[in-house]
Order: sequence, then C-alpha cells, then structure tokens
Amino acid sequence: MGYVIKGETCDWEVVIGLEVHCQVISKAKLFSGAATDFGAEPNTQVSLVDAAMPGMLPVINEECVRQAIKTGLGLKAQINTKSVFARKNYFYADLPQGYQISQADQPIVGAGTIILDMPDGTSRSVGIERLHLEQDAGKSLHDQDPKRSFIDLNRTGVALMEIVSDPDMRSPEEVGAYLRKLRSIVRYLGTCDGNMDQGSMRCDVNVSVRPVGSDELRTRAETKNVNSVRFAMQAIEYEATRQVEIYDNGGEVVQETRLFDASTGTTRSMRSKEHAHDYRYFPDPDLLPLVFSDELVEEIKATLPELPDERKDRYINDFGLSPYDAGVLVAEKDTASYFETVAEGRDAKMAANWVINNLFAVLSEKGIGITESPVSADNLGKLLGLITDDTISTKIAKEVFEIMVESGDDPEKIVEEKGLKQITDTGAIEAAVDAAIEAGAKQVEQYKGGNEKILGWFVGQVMKATQGKANPGQVNKLLKEKLDA
Amino acid sequence: MSKLTELNIASARDGLNKGEFSAAELAEAYIKAMEAGRELNAYITETPEVALERARQSDDRRAKGDHLGAMEGIPIAMKDLFCTEGVLTTAGSHILDGFVPQYESTVSANLRSAGAVMLGKANLDEFAMGSANITSYYGPVKNPWGAKVGKDLVPGGSSGGSAAAVSGGLAMAATGTDTGGSIRQPASFCGIVGMKPTYGRCSRWGTVAFASSLDQAGPMTQTVQDAAIMLGAMAGHDPKDSTSAPIDLPDFEAAITGDVSGLTIGIPKEYKMDGMDAEIQAMWDQGIEWLKAKGCNIKEISLPHTKYALPTYYIVAPAEASANLARYDGVRYGLRVPGDSLDDMYMNTRGEGFGDEVKRRILIGTYALSSGYYDAYYIKAQKVRTLISNDFKAAFEDVDAILTPTAPSAAFGIGENQDDPVAMYLNDVFTVPTSLAGLPGISVPAGLSKSGLPLGLQLVGRAFDEGTLLNVASALEDAAAFNFKPGGEG
Amino acid sequence: MSLDKDTVNKIAYLARMRVADDKLEPLAGELSSILDWIEQLQELDTDGVEPMASVSDVTLPQRKDVVTDGNCQTAVLKNAPDSEDGFFTVPKVVE
Repeated sequence: MGYVIKGETCDWEVVIGLEVHCQVISKAKLFSGAATDFGAEPNTQVSLVDAAMPGMLPVINEECVRQAIKTGLGLKAQINTKSVFARKNYFYADLPQGYQISQADQPIVGAGTIILDMPDGTSRSVGIERLHLEQDAGKSLHDQDPKRSFIDLNRTGVALMEIVSDPDMRSPEEVGAYLRKLRSIVRYLGTCDGNMDQGSMRCDVNVSVRPVGSDELRTRAETKNVNSVRFAMQAIEYEATRQVEIYDNGGEVVQETRLFDASTGTTRSMRSKEHAHDYRYFPDPDLLPLVFSDELVEEIKATLPELPDERKDRYINDFGLSPYDAGVLVAEKDTASYFETVAEGRDAKMAANWVINNLFAVLSEKGIGITESPVSADNLGKLLGLITDDTISTKIAKEVFEIMVESGDDPEKIVEEKGLKQITDTGAIEAAVDAAIEAGAKQVEQYKGGNEKILGWFVGQVMKATQGKANPGQVNKLLKEKLDA
Repeated sequence: MSKLTELNIASARDGLNKGEFSAAELAEAYIKAMEAGRELNAYITETPEVALERARQSDDRRAKGDHLGAMEGIPIAMKDLFCTEGVLTTAGSHILDGFVPQYESTVSANLRSAGAVMLGKANLDEFAMGSANITSYYGPVKNPWGAKVGKDLVPGGSSGGSAAAVSGGLAMAATGTDTGGSIRQPASFCGIVGMKPTYGRCSRWGTVAFASSLDQAGPMTQTVQDAAIMLGAMAGHDPKDSTSAPIDLPDFEAAITGDVSGLTIGIPKEYKMDGMDAEIQAMWDQGIEWLKAKGCNIKEISLPHTKYALPTYYIVAPAEASANLARYDGVRYGLRVPGDSLDDMYMNTRGEGFGDEVKRRILIGTYALSSGYYDAYYIKAQKVRTLISNDFKAAFEDVDAILTPTAPSAAFGIGENQDDPVAMYLNDVFTVPTSLAGLPGISVPAGLSKSGLPLGLQLVGRAFDEGTLLNVASALEDAAAFNFKPGGEG
Repeated sequence: MSLDKDTVNKIAYLARMRVADDKLEPLAGELSSILDWIEQLQELDTDGVEPMASVSDVTLPQRKDVVTDGNCQTAVLKNAPDSEDGFFTVPKVVE
C-alpha cells in the first residue's frame, strides 16, 4: 500500500496533479525581439511590445513553437497542428498588457505520458493533459522601498511551456519522481534548462484527498509557484494532512490558491488573489491561429535525441544493467554521457558500479554535480582499464581513485609515479610465497590438517611483503600449488 | 494660381512638380488656415514646427533631385490615434495625459517617408469610440458645414477632427481609422471622400488599438483620386503586424480608368430599412441612376443578416476593447491617479481617465467575456459574424461592388442623439457590416440634403480589390459632380 | 437582459474602473438597454456555424529567433508616472 494518511474515521489517499511552467530556451522572447538572458539590469531586456506601449503588436518566435513541438514529442503527446492563442485577462503590476497571451481550449500539444522511475526500480505512468505556450510575467520587488513595489519587465514575455498533468499522482514520492523525470526530459531535449532554483522551472501543485478505495475527486487546493522538488513534496505532505484534518473536523476544503512558505514547510491561503477572479479568455485578435504542417512535426521528430526512457531500455538490454542502475544513470543527461564515456569499450556493469558507488559518493560529499567532477570520465575509464588488464588490483584502484579525487590526475601517471603497478612477475611472487611458507611452519601444519581458511594468512603475508602489489590470483594459485604439493 | 489651401493632393503635386510653389509655402498656408480655424477644434495638437521642417526637407529633396514620394510636400492631419515619435499622442483620452511615444506608427512612418508633411494631430472620439466626435476629452469637434445652417453640427466620428480639417481646408488630406464606420460616416457628414481599405491592408502597428479584428487606417481626402494616392502611401505589408496582409500593393491611382461599363453593382434590399429618411433613399436612387448611366449593370442582392450586424459589432468591438484598454493602468505611461493600494490606484486612474462612452464599452465587453456569458454573447456574436461575412461572399459571386448610403442621416446638431447610446450606435448601421466582413468601403460625397448638408454614398468592394472600388467611386464622383464647400459662400 | 447595480459594480471591479455609487444605477440602466438590444441575436439559429475570430484567411506569420529589440531602458521608462533606479514603481503590493 502506498502513501496513506490515517484519519479519525478512515484512511485517506492523496490525489495530486501538477502544472509545471518551463521557461523555453530561446534567444528572443515569445512575441518580441528582446533578449531572454537571465540577470540583466532592470528593464533593459524590454521592447516597447513587452512594455505594452499603445499600438504595439505581438509576432511569434518560430523557435518557441519548435521547442514546444519538440517537448510535446518528448512527452509522447498529441501535437496539434492548429492551435489558438488567447488572452487571459487580469490586472497585476508586472503584467503590462493587462492580459497574458496564453492558450486556452486549443493548445499546441494535447495528451501525452510520462513514465516515472520509482526508487524501488518499479515504473508508473502519469498522464499529461496538455502543454501550451504562454508569456511569462515580469518581476515585482517588494523590499526596495517602504511604500512602493518596484517593477522589472525583463522576464515579461519570455516564452513558457505550461505542462499540465492528469491528477494521477498519489504520493509526494511520485511527485518528486515526476518532476525529476520531466526535468530530465526537457534537459535531454534542450527545450528548458530545468533550473528550478533560478525559476526557469516552477510548479503549481493541485492537491485533494479522498478515502482510500473511493474514486471521487474532491475539492482541490492549488499551491502556487513552488520552486524545488523538495518543496513540492513538503507542500503536498502539509496540504494532505491539512485537508484530512478539515474533513475529520466535519469541515469542507475550499477551492483556493495557496502559497508555499519554504521557511516553515507550510502553505497558506492567498486570499488577496481570490477576490473575483474571472480571466475572460478569448482568442487574441492580434494573432491568427498557429498552423503548421505534419512535415514540420516529422522534421522535428527526426532530430529528437535519445530520451531517458529509451536510453534506460538500452542500458538494460545491451549492457545488462539492473533497471535501478539504468534509471539512476539516465536521470541526468550529463550523468548518462559521463557513464557512456567510462563504459566505452569496457565492462559496462563495472563502469556503472564505479559511477554509482564510488563517484556519486564523492560528488554528494562535495555537494557538486557531475559536470564539476574532479575525476574526468576519461580518467575513470582509464582506471577501469588498469583493473581489467591486471595492471592494478581493485583494492589498489580504490587508492588510486582517492588520489584522483584530490589531484584530478591521470590514473596511469599516478600508478607509474607511486609504483603501484601490480607484480605479475612469477619469480618475484614465488620468492615471496616461498618465504611465507618457510616462515609459517605451524600454519602449514594446520593447512595440511584440513584448515583451508588458513590460506588467507599466507596471502596476507605475501601481500605485506609486496606492499599489496602482487596479483592476488597468481598468489592464490602459487600458494595452493606449493602447499598441496 | 488658386489659393494654396484650395488645392488637393493631385493638383498640389502638379504645382510642386512645376515649381509654382514650394512645400514650405504650402505648409505655411495650411499652418495659417489651421490657426484661423481653431474654432472647429479639429486638432488636439498643432505641430507647425514639424510641418515646416518636413516641408523644407521635402523642398531640399526636390532641389537635390532625390527620389520623391507619392505624398511629397503634402500637408496632412494625423488622427491622434497614430503614435508619432516625440509628439504628444492622446487618443482623445485623459488617460494618455502627457504621453509622448518613442516610436512612429507604421502608417504615419510610411506617409512620412512618402514625403507627407504633418500639420498636427487631429481630434477624435475617445479611443475612436463614437459617431459624433463628442466623446473626446479635448472637446467636441465642429463640422465646418454648421456655419451654412447657423448651427453647431457634429462632424461624425470617430475621425471627426480629420474630416473637419479636410472639409474646412485645415489640411489637404488626413488619416483616419475605421472600426465600424469611423472614416466613412464622418466623410459623409463633412462632404469629403473617406476610405476604409480591406482589413490587413494598412498595418496596425503603432496605432492605438480599439478593436483589433476590425481596426483599419485609411485616407480622408477631397477626391477619390487623392484617396488612391494616399492609400498607396499608407498601406503595405508590415511584418510587425501579424494580421497585415502579405500582398503586394497595386497602383491604386492607375486603377482609376473612368471606365466602369459592364461592371455589376449590387443593391442590397435589406438596406432599405423601415423608416428610412426619404432624402437618403432619394440620394441612393440617384446614385443607382448615375452608375447605370456610366454603363454599370444594377442588380438587387440580398445580405440577409444585415440587421444583426450592429448588435454583433457591439459585442465584438467592446469585448476586444475591454482587453486592449487594460494596458492603461497608470504604471508605464499616461495618467496616474494615486491610490492606497495597487488596486486602488488602478481604480482611480481608470475611473478618472476614461470617459463615459469608453467606460460603457469596457463594461459591456467585460461582461460579454465573463464567465457564464461568454457563449451567449461573445461566441454567439462571432458566429453571426461568420454569417454576415458569408452574406458578402455570396453577394460578390454576382457583383463587382455594392452601393448603399453611408449614413442614415446628414450631420446632426451637437447635443442631439446623446441620451440614448443605442440611437447613437445606429449611425453606423450601413458601415458596420462591411467592417465585420473586413471588406473595403468608401464614402463619396454625392449631394446635399434639403437643409444644404452633404450626404455620402458608400461603395463596398471585394477583399483586396480596392482598385475596382476606387474606379467605381471615381465614376460616382464624376457623375455627382459634388463641388459644394462648407462655410456658406458655396 | 437586465443588469443590477451589484453586477455593474462587480464588472467595474473586474475592469478596475471606479464608478461612483450614484452613477451605478443609471449605468445599470444604460447597459441593460444596450444588452436588451443585443438580445435580438438570440433569435438567429447559429448551430453548427464556426465562430469567426478574424477575417484574415492567412496563417500566423512567424519570426526568426533573433534578438532585434530591447536595450532601450530610457525609451521604456520615458513616460512612466513614477520610476526609480530603472524600475517602474507602483503602490506597495502586499502578498
């Protein structure tokens, strides 16, 4: 049984749907020629169109259209070759037109699917209801002046893709998996950088609860603008508990917009936004229907990169990796390409183990991403090569790896300089074996008496004498030959 | 040489080409006329310095033998709905107080690069919403013909300042905009030619928007030939306007051949309305006879959904306007009336900044789009718009142009028709259907009413067939031989 | 269709326009008479008719993804009733 909240009268399950806003990667804005770069001086990346000067008109950026189609294809979704832009009317200081150009009942992308890779290695499918293109709003700064808010329109009009899921998720973990998977897909596609901390991916979380076993959909509350996976999971836990408490106390959940407070992990009602909202959507008369050909869709389809799901299947089928390992490696495009460099021409399972067990530990300890790894993929590959061709043992390899983490050096150079090369010279090993047997008359007796475990003592002696560099296989083989003789 | 202010575009062009006078002299003459005619309130902002500078530049180009544009040295009034760089632009509204655009609308830029000389910004109904030019924050415009009947008359609207300026000799020609009749109806009231081209012919970029799916700029001139010259200079594809038609411009002036024989002119029976003014009917009948005499075939046609055009228009246009006017919020330009909160500031600014008619239309539009009413009003109106458009498509299978009256009456007195908004809306009964269908229409002065006021006839053409329309209009103009002037001396 | 004062007040708020209390009643009357007149559209059967949003029969033109605009802070702020440090300003918003 999954995520269940114990109520006073019954057990409750939580029903979650997400609306994720992904900032489209493009040079210029959706309907104006101003730049989209992050962090410029206020109101410098603003055209007269973005500032909604009288008589200014929108003209759509073809790249944003292509990016939306691409993302739709990545979500295995229906692409609508005819869609319509609509005005969503409301007043706000950072919305210069007094309406947001969005898409209402005719979005560019229809129903699709996302496969979630759960931590236990199982998969779950979540429906995508739609994806539509719309304009981002500007930014209001409230802490610059005691009496005024300051408005920067640099982000006004940057293209967003709003991706709406079906209410298919049932636990915070599934939501976490959904967000990570969606982020992974848009990053693979290059349609959104997926950086939640910079706000280029943000989500609104719709939560309702219902008694376990029921299939009703109760009133939901929407928590706006959650900007991390962890916060989304926290918001759901808080919301689910809050709503169950309301029902337990005989109350009713009200449909409303709530705000997540990251400092407390709670949500609170945004009553100010509740006042008489009526967006009055209607087709934007400044824009005609967006129409493109099936050929364009096919052309874009042909340029799609391998996506995480296909890559995962390949890792399982071609490399023999476990679904869990494969899922971990494909989750981030950078991790997957790192892994593929390491595994190139080598044992893929071994490569997967080293990346997941050794490298990830280092990265998480240092709190850095794989692109900042002190050990390059080429060098880790070389290290694995040294193990495979018996230049060093696995044990020595771990020492070398630690040195690589500190210095970033080439493992071949480290092995050479530190003289860590495995001794495979039979003569040298034989001398050490002979010395061990000679020194251990008592242990020889025990061995002959049937205590085979004592063999380890001889191995230890040989390793000590060779500073661990003797090839363990050869040591074992020689010891047995001599003792059994 | 006749008085410079009695010339039209074509004759001034000849005079300039022959060196009979300079563009600067022409501009000076009109600046004097403009100052002398201030009583009409035709201009919100006079720009004599701009006019003289551009006139001198035009003279320089001519002297140097540079390329000369179609409107070289022609002094015009610019409806104050076109944003003009560095020149106050008001849309006739308090809410745009002090707004000086940092850009030039495509239409005014096109005219400028064709050599036109801007005399000033012409008065208009607030945000082009009105049929009498009485809703302007800058006061009503007087029709120059009022002097003849000794009464303050409206010039029609919304391009009332433009019409009055041309009619009163305060500009050689003027720009107008037409959403439901705002060029054609004032042209009819003031005895001039006014043309709304096909939707998409003139760029809307930089023109203050009223109803985006209907707004079109067009020329307001003394003659049909002038309209052809000026339209050629204003129009053309503009990539900055997504609804601008990507079609090459024909030579409109050359389309006027004087030969209209064999063309079929449709007479829509639904335009013969109950209670129609006998004078208007007589004028229309006269127009039919004139065209017949010019060799046209006359054919009765049916546009069955005509009576639904006005109510359709009064959903579609206000709905679009309610969103188009949301940007006037006191944040980035224009009037700001302080308030305790953001909402308070919005409410105060928009409450004070908009006049009653604009408020009415914003409220109607907001209501028509609001939850629960969207289908019953907005979608319904859009569907009826389809039917109206289909009426015209069917009619144009059989005819080359359609002849109707332009307006149901001659100019009326300032203060009349003001109590009942719907009565005022009826002024556009003959012009609105064309606007909804996006078709070109032109009003040609045809004669005088019994009381001595001008009456216009409207011709409607096929989409992007302004050439034929202008040719028929020219034939009508020739037959009507309308050469009356306002001001009493005749 | 008749609009009452409260409805007019609600719409006026949606449109963020202050309407004086004593003007609500007459305005409700005017708007109601306009809506009554518009009501005649309901007598038309429009089942199966496509709504017409635009008279243009061309499709939406698209532009290249090139930065061609912006970098005009002065022009953007030129007409602002109140601005500071490159920002527009409004009465403080409390969220």
